[in-house]
Amino acid sequence: MDQGVDGSRIEIGRSREQEGRRGTAQLLALLLPASCFLLLFYFYPLASILRIGLAPEGRLDLTALAALAGDAYLWKVLAFTVWQAVLSTLLTLLAGLPGAYLVARYQFRGKGVLRALAGVPFVMPTLVVAAAFSALVGPRGWINLGWMALLHLNSPPLNVTNTLGAILLAHVFYNTTIVLRLVGDFWSHLDPRLVGAARVLGASRARAFLEITLPLLAPALLAAALLVFIFDFTSFGVILVLGGPKFTTLEVEIYRQTVNLLNLPTAAALSLVQLACTLGFTVLYTRLSARVTAPLTLRPQTFTQRPLRSWRARLAAAIIVGGLFLLLIAPLVALAARSFVRLEAARGERAAVQTGFTLAFYRELFVNRRESIFYVPPFAAIGNSVGVATATALLSLAVGLPAAFALGRSPARGDGDSRPSRLGAVLDPLIMLPLGTSAVTMGFGFLVAFNRPPLDWRASPLLLPLAHTLVAFPFVVRSLLPALRGIRPQLRRAAAVLGANPARVFVEVDLPLVGRALFVGGAFAFAISLGEFGATALVARPEFPTVPVAVYRFLSQPGALNYGQALALSTILMVVCAGGILAIESLRVGEVGEF
Amino acid sequence: MHKRLFITLITALAVLASACAQATPSPTASSPDLGLAAPTASAAPVTPIATVPRPTPAPTPTPPATQTLTVMTHDSFEASEDVIQAFEQANDVTITFLKSGDAGAALNKAILSQDAPLADVFYGVDNTFLSRALDAGLFEPYASPALAGVPAEFKLDPENRALPVDYGDVCLNYDKAYFAENYLQPPQTLEGLTRPEYKSLLVVENPATSSPGLAFMLATVVHFGPDEFLDFWKQLRENDVKVVEGWETAYYNDFSGSSGHGPRPLVVSYASSPPAEIVFAPDPKPAEAPTASVVGPGACFRQIEFAGILKGTKNRALAEKWVDFMLSTPFQEDMPLQMFVFPVNPAAKLPQVFLRWAQVPAEPATLSPAEIAAHRDEWIKAWTEVVLR
Repeated sequence: MDQGVDGSRIEIGRSREQEGRRGTAQLLALLLPASCFLLLFYFYPLASILRIGLAPEGRLDLTALAALAGDAYLWKVLAFTVWQAVLSTLLTLLAGLPGAYLVARYQFRGKGVLRALAGVPFVMPTLVVAAAFSALVGPRGWINLGWMALLHLNSPPLNVTNTLGAILLAHVFYNTTIVLRLVGDFWSHLDPRLVGAARVLGASRARAFLEITLPLLAPALLAAALLVFIFDFTSFGVILVLGGPKFTTLEVEIYRQTVNLLNLPTAAALSLVQLACTLGFTVLYTRLSARVTAPLTLRPQTFTQRPLRSWRARLAAAIIVGGLFLLLIAPLVALAARSFVRLEAARGERAAVQTGFTLAFYRELFVNRRESIFYVPPFAAIGNSVGVATATALLSLAVGLPAAFALGRSPARGDGDSRPSRLGAVLDPLIMLPLGTSAVTMGFGFLVAFNRPPLDWRASPLLLPLAHTLVAFPFVVRSLLPALRGIRPQLRRAAAVLGANPARVFVEVDLPLVGRALFVGGAFAFAISLGEFGATALVARPEFPTVPVAVYRFLSQPGALNYGQALALSTILMVVCAGGILAIESLRVGEVGEF
Repeated sequence: MHKRLFITLITALAVLASACAQATPSPTASSPDLGLAAPTASAAPVTPIATVPRPTPAPTPTPPATQTLTVMTHDSFEASEDVIQAFEQANDVTITFLKSGDAGAALNKAILSQDAPLADVFYGVDNTFLSRALDAGLFEPYASPALAGVPAEFKLDPENRALPVDYGDVCLNYDKAYFAENYLQPPQTLEGLTRPEYKSLLVVENPATSSPGLAFMLATVVHFGPDEFLDFWKQLRENDVKVVEGWETAYYNDFSGSSGHGPRPLVVSYASSPPAEIVFAPDPKPAEAPTASVVGPGACFRQIEFAGILKGTKNRALAEKWVDFMLSTPFQEDMPLQMFVFPVNPAAKLPQVFLRWAQVPAEPATLSPAEIAAHRDEWIKAWTEVVLR
């Protein structure tokens, strides 16, 4: 088999020039959807809003940028933004790797459910997560109350609210699923015999991991680290709500300058700084990634995974699953539990707190008690959310899949060289830029960019899935690329030599090999859209409120019913999210996804 | 096997949910005939494919309105279905409400879309941001006849570009049970907050990010003076005041009187929050509001909300009618239980729960919009230095 492939290389080498030209045309065609999408829905609105800030009179005015550069406050904010993001990313990798190993190497019951549940934090609104954390680790949370009762303390021993610790904890809570998925999936296709061989040759477990597994995993690790880092770098709700007003990141400052002060020049200057950073980090990633990516023989999961047989393996698995459960799922359970419990004190006489199981908050969701014109039946909100999320997932795949293929193949370089092409090196960072752009900048950008015919789309309900796709499709590209770049070019050549046309090569070689990654990307896009609130608040049409919008609406007024309904709706959101992820991941189209 | 079944179920549920959503008429688009649209829509698939091209149409009391009016507002806007329908039917119009984010974001969106306005009327700019709207030239003047009955204290724009619609007092709320259990008197005035018995009891919102937070800071500016208010905040800081970014966090996560059961019994909220705690209590309704307000002289800040006709509207006549309607008794009487604000029209009657549980501060602090606009950023900066750094 290998010989055959090598033999064919000579033949193909003759027409390489011709093929190179065709390859370039193919590449451009593949990049067309992503380019058009980004130009129209990202760069054009971004340029429109930045122009108002940086060139209010039509001429470029960089005084705001200059003033900012000389402001010590900016450097402080920037330093903190990077610092917390680096710390959060490292902690998230640490928290996610054992789990990634477990789901990559072992088959056990409930694995799919575990993976789906781990994705739920991703969609939870920040205010609700804050409520979950205070129910667990707040001054009156279960842990503190238990501790105080146990040791007869008068004040809560654990204080995490409004500390850097709370920010880090929340970032790990939100993003561990990225590591679990991106790294876990890639890992599950690595040939375990490589490590086996190293062990036979006398390498210790640690050495085999450091010298075999880690280098092979590096592309996926880097991709996950980049995504987590950019998410933490542009963190907004977590910083404001859990960190409190003493902490400021660039994103928070952009929001304040735009919404509270309407200081568009400073906001634009800050946005440029944030964009430059995102670009810088992504270029750094592309460089590193190019250096560590090597073509691999990816193996199907049935080949790499085994059941948990020995008691030691079972114990280790239990510890890992338990850890993930405590970190990711316990806060959610605490939250869901609250939505079923009546916790109202008989007012004035607190001693007689009536507690007990109740479905009152769920029933109340179906009642338009105030006869409000804005009442949303829960199924309508879920329908809106699921509809938008499905549209986002499809759109992200439609835009992201061809782009990932274009970036993953490299006709500009020789055979066996799977480093990204020059074109890819330029385009790859551009694709990541939307992740590094604040929601408020994009929201206002849409407003000023699409305000005149033929582009008067400010009132279009399609803006919502489009805005979500901006954030979701970089995920699709990132989850596909490590797998795509790992495919040996010889496989494609062999197929071509055997008479397959490019379309067939794609369907028969590439698609089955990256099938899992495709669904991972789709599930991510779905989850991102389901939980997105920042852009939603700015572009959502009131007639299509999504679940997070409805949750925030309840939380904006006092009263036990409002609080209870917000928690009830959040619980429903968790179920929809877990169900959606499970459904997407269990899809099988032909051989795609089976690999 | 079980897994497959489960997944099929989930998928079916998701499909069902999205189908339900599609069958449900969107509340705003078809609000005039909401009661009828639903049965018609769900009956449609059942109707057999008949040879007669059109079955007899369902009786519609309201033919689709020939005109539309768009009202841009903030996310907190609420109104009763029948009140809005009455206006729509009387004027043969369909109203679209564009909820555009929190009060600050909505106003900025209106300003940024000035060249090609998204709406005909804007509602929801308050006195702390009024100058920004007026300076931007957002509104066309309209001397509504309905303004005649509105007390002069609310009419802050002599040119009638922005018309007052409602007001509310930002006050400290306290958890009655906490103070009763600890045999402690709740504070009566702002000065009282610095006393040692109230150490670690108060949570406030950051004036840089929160509208009630800003209002409360302005109350201290008025009460203590623009130079001295920082000394008060220094003392508050020594008394372990907690600052959070927004009302939702302060009220639900930190305040002990809410159903979030936080650790602190004093919070910056509204004088209308105690009645809301009654309205939104699960049955059986409590006999007494769990919270009350601190309404001593100067302890509250009065927020007034305005509406204005957006410059460039092509629906001037209808826009005027809508503004008149917002000031009329039906709408003014609807506001308290929808948005928990007070009507500016003295003819509007307050609901019983407001009369019983909303305390009206004797001398709420006020400050002219021009003065707020001139000093807001500088005060916030100074406040941030003293309280947060």
